[in-house]
Amino acid sequence: MQMCIDPKALEGLAWFICYLTNPKHQQFYLSFITVLLLVGITAPIVLVLGFAGALARRSRFWPLSLVGHAYTSMVRGIPDIVFFLFVPVALDQLVEFTRHKVLCPEVTEPVYRGNDFVVCDIAKMPLNSSPQWLHETWGFALAIIAFAIVFGAFAANTIDGALRAVPRSQLETARAFGMSNSQTFFRIHLPQMWIYALPGLSNLWVILIKATPLLFLLGISDIVYWARELGGMKTEIFDYPHPDWRLWYFLALLIFYLFMTWISETAFAALTRRVSRGQATAAGADALEGAR
Amino acid sequence: MSCSQTFQDYALRSIGLGERQLPKTAIGLCDQFVLIGSGLLWNIYFAALAVFFGFFLALALALARNSPNAWLRKPAEWFVFVFRGSPLFIQFFFAYELFVILPRVGIDIPLGFMTITITTSWLTKAWLGALIVLFLNTSAYTAEIFHGALRSVPRGDIEAAMAFGMDGYSRFRRIVFPTMLRLAWPSYTNEAIFLFHATTLVFFSGFPAWRQEGDALYYASYFAEKTFNPFVPYPIVALYFIASTIGIITVFGLVNRQLNRHLEPAMRQRFVFRPQLIR
Repeated sequence: MQMCIDPKALEGLAWFICYLTNPKHQQFYLSFITVLLLVGITAPIVLVLGFAGALARRSRFWPLSLVGHAYTSMVRGIPDIVFFLFVPVALDQLVEFTRHKVLCPEVTEPVYRGNDFVVCDIAKMPLNSSPQWLHETWGFALAIIAFAIVFGAFAANTIDGALRAVPRSQLETARAFGMSNSQTFFRIHLPQMWIYALPGLSNLWVILIKATPLLFLLGISDIVYWARELGGMKTEIFDYPHPDWRLWYFLALLIFYLFMTWISETAFAALTRRVSRGQATAAGADALEGAR
Repeated sequence: MSCSQTFQDYALRSIGLGERQLPKTAIGLCDQFVLIGSGLLWNIYFAALAVFFGFFLALALALARNSPNAWLRKPAEWFVFVFRGSPLFIQFFFAYELFVILPRVGIDIPLGFMTITITTSWLTKAWLGALIVLFLNTSAYTAEIFHGALRSVPRGDIEAAMAFGMDGYSRFRRIVFPTMLRLAWPSYTNEAIFLFHATTLVFFSGFPAWRQEGDALYYASYFAEKTFNPFVPYPIVALYFIASTIGIITVFGLVNRQLNRHLEPAMRQRFVFRPQLIR
């Protein structure tokens, strides 16, 4: 903006407008989009993993069922934050280790040298010569995988419970009508499952939103990083000197999250009303009353 | 260095006793087990005190939420929404910044034989500041559980108590409160486990670990950083937490049995482990 060329000469409202629109702040605002992007990308993956886990667990083929059970019980009893710290590092090392074995087989020294993890240069992921954005994207991708694995296990628990909650008589009726296995599943079991899964999934969604500040721990410049960066005291050498304002930045984050929670709760309440229409539950009967 | 020597040096390192220097070179399995176990003391301290004090505030909040008086109900609803609707991580950061800018004053409390000076700078230390945040946070979550249980107390029981001529207070003390506690207990057990897991966030948020005295995860990440190998320290933390979780389930299970002792086995409240993520 034209008036922001000399920030030292500004005062009052103009100073604030220029301060809040400077390039650093634009990155701060972009990081909110990063958070929403993370949630937006992770949520569908979580749903897919959840279905895969639940179906594997219900499978009659025992190795598959074992995998399903192992996956869904993995997250029990261990703090999630341990997973978030562990999965990205472990995955990173696994990828680099595999690339090292494949790309430079001529190196004979072990990868784990005492306390060091050394791979040859061309096995680095991403390469040292790669541009900065590739490093950031790689970190972001690892974070998504960590989130998806942990939340997928929880979604699998929820979906498994919902699939069990569908009244048996409904499935037996479908059988009596001569429906095949897949017909029963897609026409009767799946559509009726949602109403039982929705409370758990909506809870998971709110939790997913609340988990996003953990991105900061994974070294991604997310909203927490920027709030600390921008809020810290700025001396006279900076364009916009100000005292320690971190309190206000964190207050803004707090309000952002409360707002997101509120929106989600409202949206899920509407969705619940929508899927309970015509269901054999008390809420379903209420929805019918409303429709009349 | 033998493992018993390591134990002597580091078993109480997290509360400032023993060797000052953390192990830097030749880090063995024993070092990791002992120091991470020492850090677990902090997790237990935070969880135990927050759950204990949180119980009473949660009870008050649940009763306020159930009150027909909007002046009592609305503030309680807002309190619960704010603490349950935002990430604990952000609450820690916010509280820390808030405590830092508070004026540094000391309040003298004369106790007759001696005077205790309470200084506001204690709030910026993890042992008090983080405890307050955890206390408020668990109160909100527990209040939600108690509120739900309060609403599920059978009407007939309350009407029977009225018919016996019990007044409001003794009705609450003898009928409503015990029934509520019994109904809420399984969920409350899950909340205690959940809070225990959440204590790992303390030293990863604003609160600094003074003189490298941190919790289990703090030392685990220290080792992961020093050895470049996350595959040992993090599974150790996981192991300690699984053991502690089983401990919590056992203790709360004993209380649950006590609360349900008058009922037939088929009518008793069962504990179902429902692990939760991220507060």
